[in-house]
Amino acid sequence: MEVPILKQGDFLIATIQAALTDADLLKLHYALVEQVGKHRSKGVIIDVTALDVMDSFATKTLRSLAHMVRLRGAETVICGIQPEVAFTMVQLGLTLEGISTALDLEEGLALLNQSTGKREA
Amino acid sequence: MDSEICIIIESVSDIITAREQGRTIGKELGFSFTDLTIIATVISEVARNILVFAKEGEIILGMTRQGGRHGIVIIARDRGPGIPDIPLAMQDGYSTRKGLGLGLPGVRRLMDEFEIISEVGKGTTVTMKKWVYQT
Repeated sequence: MEVPILKQGDFLIATIQAALTDADLLKLHYALVEQVGKHRSKGVIIDVTALDVMDSFATKTLRSLAHMVRLRGAETVICGIQPEVAFTMVQLGLTLEGISTALDLEEGLALLNQSTGKREA
Repeated sequence: MDSEICIIIESVSDIITAREQGRTIGKELGFSFTDLTIIATVISEVARNILVFAKEGEIILGMTRQGGRHGIVIIARDRGPGIPDIPLAMQDGYSTRKGLGLGLPGVRRLMDEFEIISEVGKGTTVTMKKWVYQT
């Protein structure tokens, strides 16, 4: 199951569905770094609301995804980490240090509007 | 164990199968939603270790009863290279950068019981239990 990437103004929104395979995650990697250039996007939102498991592999993948997007000149916000997923991640010792997070898509968009707006000013 | 199922782990999609089976068994046992997430995540971690280090192995899931309480048993077994230094593998690599990065210390924190048997050249077996919390 491929991850759909939506273009919303200056931003790209990738909504991750439950139970992604590693291949899907890697495909998302390449698609995003490519599309950031194609659409000259300033920000990327990765919506993980539907993700019921965030293991060390998924965390590592999201982290490297955010770093790659940053190297392409855009910002990443990860939104929608569920309470029990957050709880499990902390217990496992998994972190998303240096990556912006938001409660949901709405907050994520607000955060990107704010941070990319600042950069232009 | 009352009943058990065995999932062969030899590809990434088997990891997803195993954690979904874990969720199903956990639900039957009456685990909370948070505990179901923990169970699925733990299975994901140990199944990935099998795939990465041993290429193939199995996850055995079962229900267990002991002294009036009941819970889930998760066994991850492989005939891979084994872990030469278990104390090192059990060190928290995320905070100290000294561990092997197998995620085992985190997995141990998430489960109620954790046992690891490993022999170099023969393989590794991790046995874990989590009890249903009764209010």
